[in-house]
Amino acid sequence: MERYYQPEIECASREQIRAWQDERLVKQVRHAYDHVPYYKKLMDDKGVKPEDIQSVDDLYKLPFTYKKDLRDTYPYGLFAVPMKDVVRLHASSGTTGKQIVVGYTREDLDIWDDIVARQLVAVGATEEDKVHISYGYGLFTGGLGLHGGATKLGATVIPVSSGNTQRQITILRDFGSTVLCCTPSYAAFIGETLHEMGLTGKDIPLKAGIFGAEAWSEEMRKDIEEKLGIKAYDIYGLTEIMGPGVAYECSAQQGMHVNEDHFIIEIIDPETGEVLPEGQQGEIVFSCITRQAFPLLRYRTRDIGVIHRGTCSCGRTFVKMSKPMGRSDDMLIIRGVNVFPSQIETVLLNHGYSANYQIIVDRVKSTDTLEVQVEMTPEMFTDNMGEIERRQRELVEGMRSLLGLAAKVKLVAPKSIVRSEGKAVRVIDKRKI
Amino acid sequence: MSIKQISVFVENTPGALYGLTGVLAQHQVDLRALSLAETSEFGIVRMIVDNVYQATTVLKDAGYVHSLTPVVGVAIPDVPGGLNRVLQVLTDAKVNIEYMYAFLGGKSVDHAYMIFRVADEATATAALAARGIQTLEQDAIASL
Repeated sequence: MERYYQPEIECASREQIRAWQDERLVKQVRHAYDHVPYYKKLMDDKGVKPEDIQSVDDLYKLPFTYKKDLRDTYPYGLFAVPMKDVVRLHASSGTTGKQIVVGYTREDLDIWDDIVARQLVAVGATEEDKVHISYGYGLFTGGLGLHGGATKLGATVIPVSSGNTQRQITILRDFGSTVLCCTPSYAAFIGETLHEMGLTGKDIPLKAGIFGAEAWSEEMRKDIEEKLGIKAYDIYGLTEIMGPGVAYECSAQQGMHVNEDHFIIEIIDPETGEVLPEGQQGEIVFSCITRQAFPLLRYRTRDIGVIHRGTCSCGRTFVKMSKPMGRSDDMLIIRGVNVFPSQIETVLLNHGYSANYQIIVDRVKSTDTLEVQVEMTPEMFTDNMGEIERRQRELVEGMRSLLGLAAKVKLVAPKSIVRSEGKAVRVIDKRKI
Repeated sequence: MSIKQISVFVENTPGALYGLTGVLAQHQVDLRALSLAETSEFGIVRMIVDNVYQATTVLKDAGYVHSLTPVVGVAIPDVPGGLNRVLQVLTDAKVNIEYMYAFLGGKSVDHAYMIFRVADEATATAALAARGIQTLEQDAIASL
């Protein structure tokens, strides 16, 4: 029996959702135009007035906003309310450049808590559950985002934060955590450590996990589910838009429902900016239609994904987005071919290797080189040198057929690739361009 | 009879082998024989030790990927034609040798030992025994 946190919203009719979006978008455009001089200028430069936006159909008329706009207005240039109404600040991790700052009013936080609570209920959590949060607490939205939602749901929050994996496992066992929230790479590492301690998923009461903040593959999902003995769910979000919970996975585990009462999703052609029809892959663009402190409109996420309408077995009516292929910032262009680390991960796991890998890109005599370092595992090791080399060649062949690119595979010693407690460092790009 | 060889994955980098022997030394594991197969990037260290259980336990704890492989150990008289005679027996029995390596006997001075990795240890051992050539037993390793 499927449970919902806010069934009247999550299962509303499409007409109702559309009506909310029309009304809220019109108000939000007016709010941004009147209170953010930078927005007013962006719209004026494009020749768009707030009154030109009468419904979602007019959304395409609005200018896009980019990460660059957030950097150019750092720190408070896009805030739309006086600082006395801002009750929280968060900042992006800054892994891909200068950090950006976002603000929340009390109402904004309330909405954020709601959408995270929807995710928790969708994975089966109730107020009886103990939610173990191993996302980092601080300016990063992961820790406090899940914390707020779990608190609002009335579950027991265990605010462990990231790090000290042995201690994480002690708490999982002794406190009896039932829902784990962290990055997928950290979940895999916790699973690996658990096994090294001679334990299995049966030794911990954990039943579900909510993993996000980085791209991960279906194979990695299987691996985590097996190692921890749980169901692993995907959560999507980004600091600029709100944080985790912008979209959430349900029991169907086939794409994430976008919280359309607060955000409008579009898929566009990243080259032309044209809106693409349903089912076509492109860059994900979000507009916040309720957020007061930071009313970002048509924000180019640089995430590559696809949306699907139509009914979901869970009963929710929100549109679903695919697990993003990866952030276009993560996308590597090697010898003119687009490569996502998540594709490499898929090939590795399909061939029986572990998800402990690193990608090294370099340029030798004006030709790009791609090297994938992957750790040897007991399962893949044999005394037969020829067999190891045969498996290595198969892996290279697998990469070639999926990526359309020759990669060098280097087998390295176990534990030689540094483990991450937050977002994993998958790519080392040594090219000097 | 076959004996147990421990095969360990190591990277082909400076100090990798030293790291491995350090772990063994620290735990008083005595090496009887050692051979190294390598590519430009990684290698397989193959070894015969006095205490297999202890060695595999400390290797696992130290994070080494390893496996156990059955091999045949043969004492070969230190005379011209000693190895040739053993190989002739294996050839006659149509036993294919994947790899082999030698080590000198500990207390014995009149013969060396050869470790053979073959496709079928039972056939090899039986063929050798039929021609009066004894193979090593696991229990005998510790006292070599």
